Amino acid sequence: MSDRPSEVSHLDLETPEKPYLDSNELIINMGPQHPATHGVLRVILKLDGEKVLGTECVIGYLHRGVEKIAENRTYTMFNPYVDRMDYCAAVSNGLGYCEAVEKLMNVEAPPRAQYIRVILTELNRIASHQLWLGTHALDIGAMTPLFYTFRDREEILKIFEKYCGARLTTHAFRIGGCQYETYAGFEKDVQSFLTFFAPKIDEYEALLTTNRIWLERTRNVGVISGADCIALGVTGPVLRASGVKWDVRKAQPYANYSKFDFEIPVGTNGDTYDRYLVRMQEMRQSMRIIEQAVAGIPEGPIMGKVPKVIKPPVGEIYHSIEAPKGELGYFIVSDGSTQPYRLRVRPPSFVNLQALDVMVRGLLVADVVAVIGTIDIVLGEVDR
Amino acid sequence: MLTSFMSYLGSTLTPGSAGNQLWALIYVLIIFAGVSVTVICMNWLERKALAHFQVRLGPMRVGPHGLLQPIADALKLMLKEDIIPAEADQFVFWVAPLIGLLAAFTVYTVIPFGPSQAVSDMNIGILFMLGVSSLGVLGIVVAGWASNSHYPLIGALRSSAQMVSYEVAMGLAVVSAILMTSMNVSGTGTLSMIGIVQAQQQQGIWFIFKFFPLGFIAFAIFAVAMVAEVNRAPFDLAEAESELTAGFHTEYSGLRWSLFMLAEYAAMIAVSAIAVTLWLGGWMRPFPNLLHATAWDFIFSLFPGLTFGCLAAIAFIGTVRMPSHSFFKIQRIGLAAFAALLGFIALFLLLIAVVAGLSADTSLVARFNQGIGYVYWFVLKVAVFMYLFIWYRATWPRYRFDQLMRVGWKVLLPISLGVLILTAVVGVIVS
Repeated sequence: MSDRPSEVSHLDLETPEKPYLDSNELIINMGPQHPATHGVLRVILKLDGEKVLGTECVIGYLHRGVEKIAENRTYTMFNPYVDRMDYCAAVSNGLGYCEAVEKLMNVEAPPRAQYIRVILTELNRIASHQLWLGTHALDIGAMTPLFYTFRDREEILKIFEKYCGARLTTHAFRIGGCQYETYAGFEKDVQSFLTFFAPKIDEYEALLTTNRIWLERTRNVGVISGADCIALGVTGPVLRASGVKWDVRKAQPYANYSKFDFEIPVGTNGDTYDRYLVRMQEMRQSMRIIEQAVAGIPEGPIMGKVPKVIKPPVGEIYHSIEAPKGELGYFIVSDGSTQPYRLRVRPPSFVNLQALDVMVRGLLVADVVAVIGTIDIVLGEVDR
Repeated sequence: MLTSFMSYLGSTLTPGSAGNQLWALIYVLIIFAGVSVTVICMNWLERKALAHFQVRLGPMRVGPHGLLQPIADALKLMLKEDIIPAEADQFVFWVAPLIGLLAAFTVYTVIPFGPSQAVSDMNIGILFMLGVSSLGVLGIVVAGWASNSHYPLIGALRSSAQMVSYEVAMGLAVVSAILMTSMNVSGTGTLSMIGIVQAQQQQGIWFIFKFFPLGFIAFAIFAVAMVAEVNRAPFDLAEAESELTAGFHTEYSGLRWSLFMLAEYAAMIAVSAIAVTLWLGGWMRPFPNLLHATAWDFIFSLFPGLTFGCLAAIAFIGTVRMPSHSFFKIQRIGLAAFAALLGFIALFLLLIAVVAGLSADTSLVARFNQGIGYVYWFVLKVAVFMYLFIWYRATWPRYRFDQLMRVGWKVLLPISLGVLILTAVVGVIVS
């Protein structure tokens, strides 16, 4: 493993020995109001001309103290809060939280609920990747994919809306199963989405995958090795694009993912283009999972045997799932009361963002936005 | 006195060559107003076309199908607070957009819309155009510098490097076109823009097809370099929105900002006009030598009217398809009136063409073609380029700075040099 991560240090922004005007170096603030930092990320860039000498991420502009709020809410009351962390993948957040509490209470959701959960979570993964693709392409200068992806994402949001009334912050699951039975025609809607969406991925790929400018802008940009990824705790598509085959769905199967036949796409170079390809493949694999889940969805109850007042036994639990952006973990300490004693979220965006500095050193300003896009961060999750 | 005045007016239609200042002034006014109006139309067209590329509708609210949107935009920009940052160099900040605008508009003095429809027939027209259009970069650099801010500075540096490098390839491509003008009996070429089109007329071929594929390659190089020259996607690094927020005009607002936009679009039209003049036969209609019978002249003289007829039909279909809610009543009336206006123009043009075609005097059709046909074909060719600009923007991601430089210096420059040499060699062999 190289020693690069240890180089991640604070920029000496105010070194007294330096002359007042260093004509070679330029320090610019990218954000918090900037079109390409995906919200309120602030990156302080140290530049030599256009070359990036170092970066420093300043975060916290969207800090809401979600973890602290959890200590003052009952387990049920806190459930909607997790939707507001990664608001592009609210369903995944809810799944992780519900499963963590279920594990703590030692209950399990009934099979039908598990299937519904998998379908919705994988739909959400596609929606999240679509949002990533659109904004990432926009950062690199291709405007049109954004509108295509948002057009198609709408179909997923419609399914969410029909299922639980909300489009973005869905609060789709409850501790112990699902609140709502599927609506009439749910399976048909999901099926028709799959047939609708398959050619759309090809459409995105036609615009980008072999586009010369896209290749030049993404190949060998933001390269990170698998070892570096592991050292920094990077997970998700970024890790897999670097050649490490780690997906929580396969490595530590949760929900009922072990029942489905799907593959984990991995890259080789760990550059922006590989991450793009991995995510495109993941969308196709998600479609495979949804197809199997819709075909095999059983009848039965959707809520497990959960008491009205949720009071997990004294203990602690760490449970992680594969969110669209990486490993999303919940660490919950219970003191036996109705409220968690401590709740800690391991957000993939926050951990992955650490890799930014390693990835962009020595590249150009234009690559910084490309790399921010390729890491796929959501500031709601970074800051919590 | 009246007779001398009348003879002064009739002295010549190309003012530059005879020094008829009155006609020159009138042409300048027409071109200035025409280009400004075209820029406003382009604003609407770009937003509409881009929107349809991107499965959305674009402006729909201000006027029928957003037809009045550019006017609303212009009004808004004029009424906005004019901010000059406290740290900026006030005078330079003030003068920068004017430099850009001046450079963009001055190019039009040599652009021939027809053999006599030009402000001036400068004998060094193409040199003048290359020189003036490269002044445009000065406005951008000065704007970036005067803003006294980091993003504009980076944008300005990028654009100066970019424009300077692409001008080299562009210039070489232009030279190979100029070489082709000397393929006549006397062996003398010309730098005059009107002369270049006339050379294509005499040789009976558009220079894009001359010495195939040499002419085409030179044209292609120019077509790429001109996109870089006017800072449009995929070479819009100077204002790269996602990287530099707005590049060199980050600190500009209101009217000053709109002057930059005006300059950018005027420059787009200008470079397209140059490409049309040099390679696509300028004002000539397609196949002027092959299909030169009187009947063909008549058929081609119908095109302007038919084009307006098509536009009128589109507007009319839009009127019919509008929702039948009373909310849309005024909009429908407006669009119908617009369709009627276009239809009247179409009918008028068709009427003149048909009357000229049916009359015994065959010179009438030729006069119609000279008066309206030349400008029509020129504008049509330019319009194709303008559409391409929008299409590029909808399709391609943005190049990175170093890649842009590599394309400019390592790809375009050697190819254009090679084409230039080959053109010279082939020219010598053929003559």
